[in-house]
Amino acid sequence: MRKLGLACLLAALCLGGGLGEASAQADDFSGLAGPQFEEMSASITALAAHGGPQGDAALQALEDRHLFSGADGALFIHDGAVCQNARTGEAASCPEDLKPVRLNNRIRTVLAGAHALRELSSAEPDVRLKAAQALYARHDMTMLPALEQAMSTEKVPRVHEKLMQAHAATVLAQAPAEGTQATRLKAVGYLAEVGGLEARGLLANVAASAVEAPEVRHAAQRAVSRIDWHLRVWSVLQNAFYGLSYGSVLLLAATGLAITFGVMGVINMAHGEMMMIGAYVTWLVQQGIRMTVPALEPIAILIAIPVAFVVCGGIGVVIERSLIRFLYGRPLETLLATWGLSLVLQQVIRSVFGPTNIAVQTPAWLSGSLMVGGLDITLNRLAILVFAGLVLAGLMFVLRRTTLGLQMRAVTQNRRMAALMGIRTPKVDALAFGLGAGLAGLAGVAVSQIDNVSPNLGQSYIIDSFMVVVFGGVGNLWGTLAAAMALGMGGKVLEPTIGAVSAKIAILVLVIVYIQRHPRGMFPVRGRGIES
Amino acid sequence: MPVTMPNLSRRNFGRLALASSAAALSGALGAGYARAATPKGEPIKVGILHSLSGTMAISETTLKDVMLMLIAEQNSKGGLLGRPLEAVVVDPASNWPLFAEKARQLLSVDKASAVFGCWTSVSRKSVLPVFEELNGILFYPVQYEGQECSRNIFYTGAAPNQQAIPAVDYLLSEAGGGAKRFALVGTDYIYPRTTNQILVNYLKSKGIADEDIMVNYTPFGQSDWQTIVSQLKAFGSGGKKTAVVSTINGDANVPFYKELGNQGISATDIPVMAFSVGEEELAGMDTKPLVGQLAAWNYFESIETPANTAFIKEWHAYTKQPKRTTNDPMEAHYIGFNMWVQAVTKAGTTDHDKVIDAMIGIRQPNLTGGIAEMLPDHHLTKPVFIGEIQDDGQFSVVWKTPALVPGQAWSPWVAQTKDLIGDWRKPIACGNYNTVTKTCLSRKHA
Repeated sequence: MRKLGLACLLAALCLGGGLGEASAQADDFSGLAGPQFEEMSASITALAAHGGPQGDAALQALEDRHLFSGADGALFIHDGAVCQNARTGEAASCPEDLKPVRLNNRIRTVLAGAHALRELSSAEPDVRLKAAQALYARHDMTMLPALEQAMSTEKVPRVHEKLMQAHAATVLAQAPAEGTQATRLKAVGYLAEVGGLEARGLLANVAASAVEAPEVRHAAQRAVSRIDWHLRVWSVLQNAFYGLSYGSVLLLAATGLAITFGVMGVINMAHGEMMMIGAYVTWLVQQGIRMTVPALEPIAILIAIPVAFVVCGGIGVVIERSLIRFLYGRPLETLLATWGLSLVLQQVIRSVFGPTNIAVQTPAWLSGSLMVGGLDITLNRLAILVFAGLVLAGLMFVLRRTTLGLQMRAVTQNRRMAALMGIRTPKVDALAFGLGAGLAGLAGVAVSQIDNVSPNLGQSYIIDSFMVVVFGGVGNLWGTLAAAMALGMGGKVLEPTIGAVSAKIAILVLVIVYIQRHPRGMFPVRGRGIES
Repeated sequence: MPVTMPNLSRRNFGRLALASSAAALSGALGAGYARAATPKGEPIKVGILHSLSGTMAISETTLKDVMLMLIAEQNSKGGLLGRPLEAVVVDPASNWPLFAEKARQLLSVDKASAVFGCWTSVSRKSVLPVFEELNGILFYPVQYEGQECSRNIFYTGAAPNQQAIPAVDYLLSEAGGGAKRFALVGTDYIYPRTTNQILVNYLKSKGIADEDIMVNYTPFGQSDWQTIVSQLKAFGSGGKKTAVVSTINGDANVPFYKELGNQGISATDIPVMAFSVGEEELAGMDTKPLVGQLAAWNYFESIETPANTAFIKEWHAYTKQPKRTTNDPMEAHYIGFNMWVQAVTKAGTTDHDKVIDAMIGIRQPNLTGGIAEMLPDHHLTKPVFIGEIQDDGQFSVVWKTPALVPGQAWSPWVAQTKDLIGDWRKPIACGNYNTVTKTCLSRKHA
């Protein structure tokens, strides 16, 4: 029933189109095959209105990029396996020299509108809800009759409400005409209730319009200032989330360094390169899984976590045994040696994988965002926030509750005494350095989801990592946590007001001033062994 | 220190690579071509001044490779003036002062007849005094902010009126969505700042109000775009169609586009027009969330012409990487190198002054159709294309300028330079000639 009613309505929509169920005519399709975007747009509108099932199939194929044009305006749907004539739906043999039908943004917009219109008649309420949502964002006046028709038949309350919103938005998007004042006033009131950025855009347009009735204009102005006030309140929370999320990235990058530099006292300039290797491991794991077990691809990133930890940890142990152990107690030489090492590692990666960025895939479950009230929480950032918390908790557990942690703390506090108590200090050193490198590898996995993965990845994190560890207090994990969050929050609170460049400078100045006053950072470690 | 080791051997490495690749190429082509006479005599040295390490290596390494390919090809065609060409590759390591040092070395020690190099404007500014002092020849292949016209530099990339202005015209037009509100987002250095200054004046002349223009700068390598993208989102809710013009440089683009995708901004809501994102940059990105985002260039790999197809084929054969992309600055080097070859042939010598004079008026077909001509202000005539990012990492051209656009060294949209032109022909022979007062602001070339 719904399908039939909508089809009739769509037919009526098309100006000058045939009444009733008109079958697709050859010229409805022909715009799709041509090079002109205007004709293509007209074709899509015509097909959406009265193209029948064949038109629907062609539009769907166009969206999926399965529509191809051949010689003489022939159109084919080719989804990799089956080939059919787009006009008739009959199976055909596709010619060799097919060209995919090109799209541009305007066509994509028209296509999305046509898609939403098709889905308004779906039997699934969720699909209809999505369609109504799309039409709300579109607010195209040609969709108005279809919306009214759908509203009159819609039974599910949440879909109906969304349709009402879409209707109000569409009404307001049109230029005001005689006698529409009451309808428009109602629409303004309705959108003011809905709120959000899209409603604000529409209302701002009405409020600034010169041809609008003064009454409607004033209502829109009031609505805009009300929405603005709401948005300001939410934006405080939003910035707090951005700060936490930025802080969690800093925290992840710094935890490894908190072990190698904070606990062991090794100035490890190659720390960023361990992160970089972690990110490359993520990519290798993804590639490997795609080639062997494609079914596991969505969770490749989870598999990469332990792999990156083990690989980077292993490299860390090798570095400690072959380089760092000869340099204990010589900080300047350590600094130079690890800096040199960082350049060597960069160049090795550059020679093996090339200097260009590599594309680490973000699985679908980590893409997009979650709306919580007026908060827009991006999933990858949320995942990193949780991951950083887990890594810190895990590290705390290792340091406080395991034999290795106990031995590490003993060795840092008094190496000679620990050795006399039977602790094999070289082994503890190697494992501690490996732990730090492994943590950097974990940070690399996380960073691969938000940043670009290239041989230079590490350089952009090393300064920030040192800053976090020093600012927080060398040797104190809680200090690292507090410093990461303070720097993250500070940066994100300052950024919208004074700009990203000035915010960065301001943060550095604040850190310098603070360190001058408190040379041991926010949470200094106290004890007898520290001075020596 | 281990760092300097590769630098010391870089030149020899370059020669070795050149020799072996030339051998490989001539071997491959030998069967098809009637072999030209083997070039003899003192080699003509061609300097290549591109970063092979550091942050800019990602972009510049490709340009070094394309130069080696062009030189090898020229040698297989019999060299130049009957003499072989020899590439001298140096690595300025993305370090701006080192660019000047290496340029001095190329000109005074290696006696390079021409130098092809630089990417960032700051590196060009750093070598400019060296080229002017030693009277060298530099071919600069990257789109840039203009406002410069040196007798010793040939600007084979786009000036702002060959990229930024047509791109904004497209966004303002019906086909481009008819944007009425513009966010100019860029990295904080000379190219974005100058380009945005030009664009703000241009937009105002088109009737865009002050409150509808937002300018935002970020530091190099910005990786956390959360607040800026949400600012853009809020800016886009002003009730008018909004577009973003991005002069974000290099690596910062990947996290920027990722954040756009995650916050749900698609090209159909707020299109982003980028001036520094090409095929090479897209190679490191998952382009599905970016479909429909825009870029303005004078060359796209996806443009099908016989010359471009042949060039891409040769590039793949030369690099032995069948998927390696080509991009706009590579085409600029292709045009610049061939123009230089023509000019040297015309002058019959590699003498710098004679070649510089011979360069003006040289014509060389573009890879994408039309003919590039070297103008008196050392800029080229170029076609301008607007491309939309596709899900395969390529651009699909959606718009092009109806005719070739001649480059302007000095922007008419900046108050201080609106009366200036560059003309290195006699009798003006001046890089910044004021057409109103009829004077040359700097020293005239004798």
